[in-house]
This record gives sequence, C-alpha cells and structure tokens, in this order.
Amino acid sequence: MADLLQIHEPGATPLPHDGEEAIAVGIDLGTTNCVVAISSEGKPEVLRDEDGEALVPSVVAYAPDGSAVVGGMAKMLILDRPEAVVSSIKRLMGRGLDDVKSLTGTLPYDVEPGETEGMVRLNVAGHRLTPVEISGDILAALKERAELHLGAKVDRAVVTVPAYFDDAARTATKDAARLAGLEVLRLVNEPTAAALAYGLDEGAEGIYAVYDLGGGTFDVSILKMQKGVFQVLATGGDAALGGDDFDHAIAEHFLAERAASQGAKVITSSEAKAALMTARLAKECLTDQPDGEWMISFDDIMTKHALDRETFEGLSRPLVEHTVRICHDVIADAGITPDDIQGVVLVGGSTRVPLVRQLVAAEFRHEPLADINPDEVVAVGAARQAEALTVGSDTLLLDVTPLSLGIETMGQMVEKIIPRNTPIPVAKRQEFTTFQDGQSAMSIHAVQGEREMVDQNRSLAQFALRGIPPMTAGAARIEVTFAVDADGLLTVSAREATTGVESQIEVKPSYGLSDEEMRDMLYDSMKHAKDDMERRLLAEARVEAERSLNAVVAALRVDGDLLTADERAAIDAALQTVTDAMAGTDRDIINGLAEDLEVATRPFAEKRMDRGIREALSGHSVEDFEDADEEPAVKAEESA
Amino acid sequence: MQADPTETLTPFTGHACPQECWSCKGPVALEDLFCPTCSTIQPLGQVDHFKRLDLEATFDLDVNDLDRRYFELQGKLHPDRFATKTSQERTLSMQQATSLNDAYETLKDSLKRADYLVHMMGQNVLPEGCQLISAPDLLEEAMELREALAMAETADDIDAIAARAAGDIDDCEIGLSKAFAGEDIEGACALTTRLKYLRKLTDEVRQQRAKMTAMS
Repeated sequence: MADLLQIHEPGATPLPHDGEEAIAVGIDLGTTNCVVAISSEGKPEVLRDEDGEALVPSVVAYAPDGSAVVGGMAKMLILDRPEAVVSSIKRLMGRGLDDVKSLTGTLPYDVEPGETEGMVRLNVAGHRLTPVEISGDILAALKERAELHLGAKVDRAVVTVPAYFDDAARTATKDAARLAGLEVLRLVNEPTAAALAYGLDEGAEGIYAVYDLGGGTFDVSILKMQKGVFQVLATGGDAALGGDDFDHAIAEHFLAERAASQGAKVITSSEAKAALMTARLAKECLTDQPDGEWMISFDDIMTKHALDRETFEGLSRPLVEHTVRICHDVIADAGITPDDIQGVVLVGGSTRVPLVRQLVAAEFRHEPLADINPDEVVAVGAARQAEALTVGSDTLLLDVTPLSLGIETMGQMVEKIIPRNTPIPVAKRQEFTTFQDGQSAMSIHAVQGEREMVDQNRSLAQFALRGIPPMTAGAARIEVTFAVDADGLLTVSAREATTGVESQIEVKPSYGLSDEEMRDMLYDSMKHAKDDMERRLLAEARVEAERSLNAVVAALRVDGDLLTADERAAIDAALQTVTDAMAGTDRDIINGLAEDLEVATRPFAEKRMDRGIREALSGHSVEDFEDADEEPAVKAEESA
Repeated sequence: MQADPTETLTPFTGHACPQECWSCKGPVALEDLFCPTCSTIQPLGQVDHFKRLDLEATFDLDVNDLDRRYFELQGKLHPDRFATKTSQERTLSMQQATSLNDAYETLKDSLKRADYLVHMMGQNVLPEGCQLISAPDLLEEAMELREALAMAETADDIDAIAARAAGDIDDCEIGLSKAFAGEDIEGACALTTRLKYLRKLTDEVRQQRAKMTAMS
C-alpha cells in the first residue's frame, strides 16, 4: 500500500503539467452495481478490490453524522438497518414519485412527506437526501477506488447512462458527478459503450444488436461497426424495466402467500426492502438451480416460500416478452431485418436469467454472444472512450437521440422537432406564430416522448419568450431551435425573427435541481470546491495559451520569411515568456501574457493576410511564390 | 439554400477572397474545415449538403460513398475529437458535426434527397414546392389504398398492401433517377410528392400490422 503515500491532500496536490495529464476513468453507474475501469495505451483494466471483486454494489448506508458507506458493507446492512440504507437509487434519477414502483402499495424508500413537485427527497437515517446526492456519494466512492489504485488524483470521467435515459435523468447524472468532484468528459450510452468494448476486443464487423437488461433499465441498440466506426442505427428501451422488476414480481408472490396464511397487512418501507432483498436472492439462485425455499421474517413471524424456475418464469415472462417487443420495433426502426444482424451481445446482470437468453435467441435468430462479462463490459467501453477523449483515438462513436423531442402546440398536441434515432449532435429549427392579435409572449414547452398528447410524454422544461411586439395573429415568426449535444443534452432557444427578441434556456428538467440548490450542495459537499474550481480555471488558461502558442509557431513555420530579424526576435521572446508562464500556476499571468502575444503578433498577421489575398487574386498557390526554393513548402491543402 | 454573400462580392472566378483564421490570423479559404497553417478547426462555411460531403449533386448517390465521406469527416470534426481543446474549438466542432449530421441525414434518405434536390434546382420553377397533390390519379390511388388498408382483416391482406407499396416505391425511385438525370424538374417534383405519400402509407401499414400482431 505504498501507493497511499503518493496521495496528496486536495489543494496540496501538484498541478499536472503537460504530458503528465491525470488519467480519466470510465464509470458504469448501475442500478444494482457499479464498475470503474481505466484504459492506458489501448489496454483497458477493470479496477478490483483486494478480493478481486470488480462490482461495487450501488448501495449506500448513512451514519447518523451523515457520512456514507458505499458498496458491499452497506449491502450487508439492508436486512439489519434498512432505514439507514438506500439501494436502486438510479431508478429515481430525474424522476417524480409517480414513476416509482411500490411493493403491495409501499415504496422501498422512505420518501419525505409533503413533497409533490420537483425532485424527490428521501429520509435516510434522519437525513433528507436527493437521488442526485446519493448517486454523488456512490460516484465519490468509485473515484476514491480509482485514486487508491492509481496513486493519483482523478477528476475526469466518462460516465455511462442507459441509452433510453431522458434529458432529466442525464442531467441528474451529470450533476451527481459534479457533487463527487468529477468532470464528466462525456455521457456515453451503456449499449454503445458495450459495443465499443466488444467490437474492439473481438474485432467484430457488421451489424450487431446489444441487448442490455440491467437492474433497473432496459436498452436495445442496433449498431453498424466497421473499421473503427461504431454507428448506432437505432435504439429503444424502457428506462423503468430491469432485474428489479423480476425481484418485485417474486416479492409480490411471496407476500401474497404470506398474506394468505397470516392475513393481509400494510408493510413498512423497511419491510419492503427486506422482502425485495429475499426475492433477489431467490431469482439469482434460480439461474442455476431448478427450485429452492426462502424465508421472510418480520413482526417476529417467519414464513417459508418455495419457488421453482417454472413458476418464476411464469412471473417474469410478461416482462421479458415486453423487452422482445421493443427489440422488434427497434429492428424495424433501424430499417433492417433480423437476417441482417450478425450477432446479439448480452449486457447486464439480468441477461443471466435463462428465460431472457431463450427469448432473445428466438427474436434475433442467433444464439446470443455471452463470451464477455456482462457486468464489466460497459465500464471497459467507458474507459476506452475516456482514453479516446483525452489521449486520442481512431475509433469513432456516432450515437443517436433515443426519444423524440417536441414542443407543445395548440390543444396540448405535440409537434415533433427532432425525431428519435437522429444522429447527435443535432440542431433543428421550426417556425411558430402567434395565435391572438397583439400577443406579446409565447410559452415554449419542451417535451420528450413518442406520443401525440403533451401529458402522455415527459415534460422537460417550460419557458416564455416575452417582448414580442404587437402584431396581428399569425404575423410573428417565432423560430424555436432544439439543439442536442454529444452528451444527449438538450438546449432550447426561441427568437422572434422580425425583431430579433431572443430567449434561451439550457433545459433544467422539472424533476431536476435548481441552480441555487446545486450551488448549495456543491458548497456543502465539497470543502475543496474552491481549489477544484481554481484547478479547472488554470487548466483552461493553459489549454488556451497552448492554442495561441501553437498558432504562432505554425504561422512562423509557413510565413516566417515575412519578418525582419528584429521582429522575429520580439515574437520569439513573447513566445518564450508565455511558455515560461505556463509552467507556473498563476492563471492571470498566463492569460495576460497570452493576450500580449496576440497583440505582439498583430502586424505579422496583417502581412500574412496580405500575402494570402495576393495569392488568391493571382490564382497562385504557395509553391509558385518566391520562397518556394527556400524550403520544400508544406503544401497548403485546398480543402480537407 | 442561400449563397454566401461574401462569395458574390468577389469578382474573381475560382478563388474566393480568403478569410482570417480566428486562431493564427492567417488566410483560410471559405471551404476549409481546418486552417492550412495552424490546423485549427474553422467556423461553418455556407455550403450545400452535397458540397459539405464533397459529393456530386445527384440523385443517384452511392450510399457507400456517402457513408465513407461521412465517417471520414466526422472522424475529424466530431466533438469527441475536441474534448480537451479550448471552448471555442469545442463550439466549432459541435457546429461542424451538427451540420454534417444534417447533410448526411438528408442525403441518405431517398425522399429527403429528392426533396432537397428539387428545392436546390427548381426553387424558382415551382415555388410552391412539392406539397400539393395536384395529380388527380395520385389522389385516387391514395384513396383506394387507404380504403383497402381500412378493410384489411388479416395479416396477409396487410402484407399484400405493404408489398404493393414497396414495389411502387422502387418504381418511384427509378423514375426519380431518370427525371433528375433529364433535368425534368416538374416530373421530379410529381414523383417526389408520390414518394412522400407512399412513405406515409408504408408507416400506416406498419402501425396497422403492429396493432394486429399485438391483438393476436
């Protein structure tokens, strides 16, 4: 454990200089388990504990003082101290209470009463916590695991999310990472990450399906893989369907048996947690065993429950058939037939259930590929992508929007602006107009989903464009632009075209945290928030200064002959001072000197533009000019 | 698609006046994606979808060519290539990748491609575009097929309609290819309208088929 000595207190950590950039990690933040991996020089590695275990259970136990324990230790406390333990928190990310499944009418979470709007708050061991904070604690534990392993500070990560996660859940995940002190380089869709890992390691080419059934979410993606390009053709899923639902089905079955012998009773949320835990053990056991017997014990009454695989399959069949129907639609969306598919890759622990394998094989007409570890492959893909983003790579991920994005129009109808399965990044503009004479404001309501009516889809955000000058109905031209970035996050802007009145929002979902809440949490949770901010600003200053340096050096290489010896010496000196400053840690000095460099090179830039214009006018290229014999000129390519 | 105003101001053929690279301040041609001097990513040039992908403006597009060009360019322009660059470079990459996706999506699909070409070539000839169903026989055909779809009772009935529509779509695309090659803009416009309607019908057939499968 000599590595431990290498870890510095935040703030005391020497800042990374060029060439010794800290490694970025890949994190699979799952409903049931998490995995963290790294990749260096094309070789991914899953980080394990001293027992060789890669899976960190997504379970958090809180002590009365608010400190959190994450993973196996916390999981062991579920049966003893259920009121202090939270599991499956991912199911609440970006969600309202209506979206959460109850067990015989009881939620396996102790929800703070009186909260009907905005983000859910849970009562855990006397603390009031949001799903974002709890996920943040899980991410902080994973960050710590990576730091212990690497003996260095880790502050950048690629985090995976279910492809079918909506905008609210994606934003919540990014917020959670910020609370943990991690900058998210990219949110990558889980099936896409799995395909990346699988494709690179197995050299797969052609069209593949990834069937990803995790603890709480289901995704299926169809990808075309060729020569290092991973192009998602279509994706579909259900963000609220996973192994947890198998547990729920078994637990309901057990509790119904118990009610039959002991009489019906309303259970507490702690009892619900315990019953689900028992059901889960039963499910896992039935993967290999034909039958078994389990016990449920509360109120000092123990009941025994026998279950065989056939009964379990009867309970879970409707769920699995639902996933198969989704697969069917996604194949059609991709514009292919099952015969076009070379193979289907299974991801997620729930794909161990024999019934799942059987029905998936039938739908895709291929025995699924199970020669990968379904629990670790997503984290490996995330680590690969983290390396590609920081160090560079020839592979390319081209992903799509999982759900259509639209806007509310008259009569609560949805007008789709960006259809599902559109490659990202994407921006689309649509024009709307006013409905009444003299109308001065317009409400813009962004929704996500496939249905025709607003209330059947997820509401993402609502804002108003004000200051529209009085015009007759239908005369105003309101341009609404939806832009989805490479993380799958939406920005909506609106503009009245005749006057240019503008309004823009980054979508802050209805179930998300407000900016103030986020600021307070950051302040509370990170004592070193200021240091982290400083580090980030310094890193930005360095990147910017480096860009300026490279630009000037490149210009000198091509057009250096335009300068007199004195002018050249002055620029060289300015370059040197910026280079020296970059080795230091004062970002104001770096920024200031970089600006000075821009000023110092202004006359040089003018000479270069003059030359460029002269060449363009005469129709000559660089080689035809007088300096052609000085050196074998680097050909200025006509176009890329 | 509007021509770039700066292009029309330049009285010289072939060589547009160079722009200034935002990073090294050197000269850059309008169509350059990267500065020839310092290799920094440049803002979007105003070019049509075909030019953006460096393809000939034709309906008879080789889809493999399109994919190859698209992957090649996205490999240079995608935001994943700029994750650790300055915010200005990240913004430009996002804009470039967005426009590239738009061009790719438009050209990949035969209907969108036909629609785009008609607008590119014939916007002054037929300003109303291809929205109007003017041909009476097309209207009649549409009514007839809708009715058949509504009357369909078995999966086989629906599959027969789907097969007929698929055949009609193929014919339509062959016709479009000829029309564009012969610069028959009116013909291309009529066929585009017909293709639009056939696609819509195919969607409806698919939904009906899914409904029938779900009920059985």
